Amino acid sequence: MAKSANRDEILFDTHDDGIDRRGFLKCMAWAGTGALCVMEGGVLQSFGLNDPARAAKVARGELSFVQISDSHMGFNKPANPDVIATLNAAVQKINALPVAPEFLLHTGDISHLSKPEEFDNVDKILQSASAKDVFFVPGEHDVLEDGGQQYRERYGKNAKGEGWYSFDKKGVHFIGLVNVINLKAGGLGNLGADQLAWLKDDTQHLSKSTPIIVFAHIPLWTIYPDWGWGTDDSAQALALLKRFGSVTVLNGHIHQTMQKVEGHVTFHTACSTAFPQPHPGQAPSPGPMKVPAEQLRGLLGITNVNFAKKHHPLAVTDSTLE
Amino acid sequence: MKRNHILSIAASALLMIMIMIAPVLKMAGSTQTSDTRGGTLEVKIDNFSFTPATITVKAGTQITWTNADDIPHTVVSDEGVFKSKVLDTDEKFTFTASKPGTYPYFCSIHPKMTGKVVVE
Repeated sequence: MAKSANRDEILFDTHDDGIDRRGFLKCMAWAGTGALCVMEGGVLQSFGLNDPARAAKVARGELSFVQISDSHMGFNKPANPDVIATLNAAVQKINALPVAPEFLLHTGDISHLSKPEEFDNVDKILQSASAKDVFFVPGEHDVLEDGGQQYRERYGKNAKGEGWYSFDKKGVHFIGLVNVINLKAGGLGNLGADQLAWLKDDTQHLSKSTPIIVFAHIPLWTIYPDWGWGTDDSAQALALLKRFGSVTVLNGHIHQTMQKVEGHVTFHTACSTAFPQPHPGQAPSPGPMKVPAEQLRGLLGITNVNFAKKHHPLAVTDSTLE
Repeated sequence: MKRNHILSIAASALLMIMIMIAPVLKMAGSTQTSDTRGGTLEVKIDNFSFTPATITVKAGTQITWTNADDIPHTVVSDEGVFKSKVLDTDEKFTFTASKPGTYPYFCSIHPKMTGKVVVE
């Protein structure tokens, strides 16, 4: 879909929380192929990664970080019998970036079964990354049995509530949210009243020109509710961020890249480092997708985010592990 | 000759009707009521769903859920009547229905997965 020489621009809007068919198909065409996105004045422009000339023009911003997601340490089924090797490959990819990232964001499903040794293995592998700081949010696989107590002891000692927190880096306000705890029968991801109250408090003193980056495991936009790919009360969170001129939402959970821009908000989901999942509705269930071994690493990947304050662009680049 | 033609049309029409109602039958299948006269009943967890989604059993029946997915699931009663631990692939959970009533349940990891146990 993304032609090598032509700029491929998304300019679609929706009135509800879904995405239109045209935009949806466009998003799907990128899955696993890598894309480069630049946000300028609230409009997302995207370029195929097979256009190196354009990719090279993207500013080396003041802040560069990498998002990784869904490492599912402990998973050993045919869809990927060696998740250690693919997480190592992701770290190598990070270490080979032309601009070293300042830190990593891990958007959850660190482990597959919340076992201590699974978390230990991820921590050990990430120690070899060029970026030493890693900011986490939990996925549903990280809070099994104990409502996230172990997760918080490991990764959320200074976090509030069930593990939410915020921090500032070079003028950008980062907000890590938890939407995988206390899920209700028949529902989607859930933030809850306490977290929303905290979010209001956390952001109300910020100037509206402060760039905001929100990260959470389950998408904060409704991608495919039949598969639970959305968050019940995400609209309330987004309403609190409405006054800000630049909001970027980074999620995992769906093991494929998808993007949408709506008003001042750019949504982006990252690939898994462990196994791909099918496109929405194109399989009986969202379970792990088995692909020929030689294709696997083309469907896994990392996301590099580059922020340049001066020109107000935010570049989000996905690259596969190949 | 003409009769054959009419038969052929009738056969086509019947085929069309069967094709049209097939999805309806399939949908009905996913919420089919299974009746058992004591003993045990199996519920399969597969493709992020419970099959059958609704089961009707006599009091005293043992119900066993088996996870056939590559992803872990749980079996948790909405009202806290029963709650499995996390079931990895091929792991099982058993609950013996003793008190008559309707017990909706779900997977607490993937809450879109819901089912119902009706104890008579």
